[in-house]
Amino acid sequence: MSTTARTLISDADLRRRHGKLVYRLGFAGMAILFVLIFVFPLYWMFVSAVKTPVELAQPTPTLIPHEWHFETFLVAWQKLEIGHFMLNTALYAVGGWLIQLTVDVAAAYALSKLRPLFGNVILAAMLASLMLPAAALLVPAYLTVANVPIIGVNLLNTPWALWLPAAANAFNVYILKRFFDQIPNDLLDSASIDGAGRFRMLWNIVLPLSRPVLAVVSIFAIIASWKDFLWPLLVLQDPQSQTISVALSRLSFASYVTQNEMFAGLALASIPLIVVFLIFQRSILSGLSAGALKG
Amino acid sequence: MVLQAPDIVEKPVTARMTTVPRGSVRNRTRLRRKLADNAQAYVFLAAGLLCFALFSWYPLVKGIVLSFQQDNFVTAPSWVGLDNYRAVLADPLFATAWINTLEFTGLALLFGYAVPFVVALVINEFRHAKGLFRIAVYLPAMLPPIVSVLLWRYFYDPGSGLFNAILSFVHLPPGGWTQSPRMAMICLVLVSTWSNMGGATIMYLAGLANIPAELYDAVELDGASIWQRIRHVTIPQMRFVLLVLLLLQIVSTMQVFIEPYQLTHDQSGHHHRDDPDLPVRLHGQQRLRHGGRDERAAFPRTGRILRPLPAPDESAGVRSPI
Repeated sequence: MSTTARTLISDADLRRRHGKLVYRLGFAGMAILFVLIFVFPLYWMFVSAVKTPVELAQPTPTLIPHEWHFETFLVAWQKLEIGHFMLNTALYAVGGWLIQLTVDVAAAYALSKLRPLFGNVILAAMLASLMLPAAALLVPAYLTVANVPIIGVNLLNTPWALWLPAAANAFNVYILKRFFDQIPNDLLDSASIDGAGRFRMLWNIVLPLSRPVLAVVSIFAIIASWKDFLWPLLVLQDPQSQTISVALSRLSFASYVTQNEMFAGLALASIPLIVVFLIFQRSILSGLSAGALKG
Repeated sequence: MVLQAPDIVEKPVTARMTTVPRGSVRNRTRLRRKLADNAQAYVFLAAGLLCFALFSWYPLVKGIVLSFQQDNFVTAPSWVGLDNYRAVLADPLFATAWINTLEFTGLALLFGYAVPFVVALVINEFRHAKGLFRIAVYLPAMLPPIVSVLLWRYFYDPGSGLFNAILSFVHLPPGGWTQSPRMAMICLVLVSTWSNMGGATIMYLAGLANIPAELYDAVELDGASIWQRIRHVTIPQMRFVLLVLLLLQIVSTMQVFIEPYQLTHDQSGHHHRDDPDLPVRLHGQQRLRHGGRDERAAFPRTGRILRPLPAPDESAGVRSPI
């Protein structure tokens, strides 16, 4: 039994002289291509930020800047209020994440372990919301947020306009429920015999066992809310309450921002997610992979 | 084992028979118990149900209702039947918007669906540094979309942009990129592919890693060439992943907004005359002409391109129609 993973081309073929050469050439070619396509634009963004506006405007761009003006980052931070907008975004992301997790974990736990009447109907109705593109609901969702039925409040320009719709995330509920389904009921039954209530079972048994799935759901929730553009653009019209993405879009049309400051703003806005990615790349990439295999 | 089985079945039967006289009481407590359980379950579900009801199910119904109404959001709405649909269908720009969206989707599928598959196939053959390739390809997906789009806008810049500099370096005439009607759509697709292909590549890689090695060994023994191995082993084995990604791609590309919204404006916020973002433009005009929001609900699919109320800074540029 060969248990070693093999792919399209066998190791034996690669070990041949001809194979080795082709492999090395292919590998090098692909590596160069990847650096040029995926890493170089990021380098360009950071380097353009430290160039002077004059150097940026030259018809032949310079690969390495003549002068390094790192103070542009500081200027952009203050002039474009990058810090303010990043703080806004972080607030929306963290708050949205906490609310999403609380609401969706409770719902998934109820659907998976407490199994109420009509639970399956509710799950189906939630999943149905995945079928239609979020953009199709944009206008009615906007109107809903502007005047929430029953309660009759206007959530526009408040964080709740981002937080509450984000909690209606069928994808999260589904993933969490499927994970909870795998936790043996015997565990919960024995806890119940010991006198644990529903909440205690969730808190002391289900959640500690679900750390991996909670991590994946959390990371993706935070990334999604940091990247979101269209919805915040609609519901946060007060410039002071905008997210970094919406603010950058607005500033890109403003004439008082020079190109190098804009590049600095873009670079600063992308640093948090790049850092998150480099720290959590293992869980992020394996979360994506698991998604592909299980659908 | 076989002998024990009937025992187990019998026990509950005898147990139930002895309790027949007190059955009704038991049933009542059981019912109460069940009600209490359900009530508790619904307590846990309540917040989720409320969020879904308010922000997912209600807007869906409201969207359908609105599409049959005339509503200026000041006075009470009136029912107008299919008028909104007729108005939308009669609008020549509506067809253009659809054609543009379909063209974008087609091109984005060509690039965004096929390219990651080829890339994943190649990376999967590598025996070293696979992890680094995976990180690199997913890196653009971690940028906020606005960052990638604005970054590429500078690359496309006809004056001091990187692409024209490269072209002039190899002695080719400069291109108009986003400002040329022929290239603009390709430009949008390139940005969108660059920033979104990471996820697809990672998913393809996961699928490739799951193909049993024995299959390749077997067909290789039969003398299958690399191309035949791809055709008869890889693709059939990847059927599920390919299907899922096709659906995901279609759904996400049909909803494209930020690329046309941001790329085909010039610095002052004006649209170019012959840019391809008619979807975005359509909304700018429609808002001016009809004033109502209800028509957008009549074609929720293009509702994605609705132009938000301009922020103070950009209002001067955005309001001017073309």
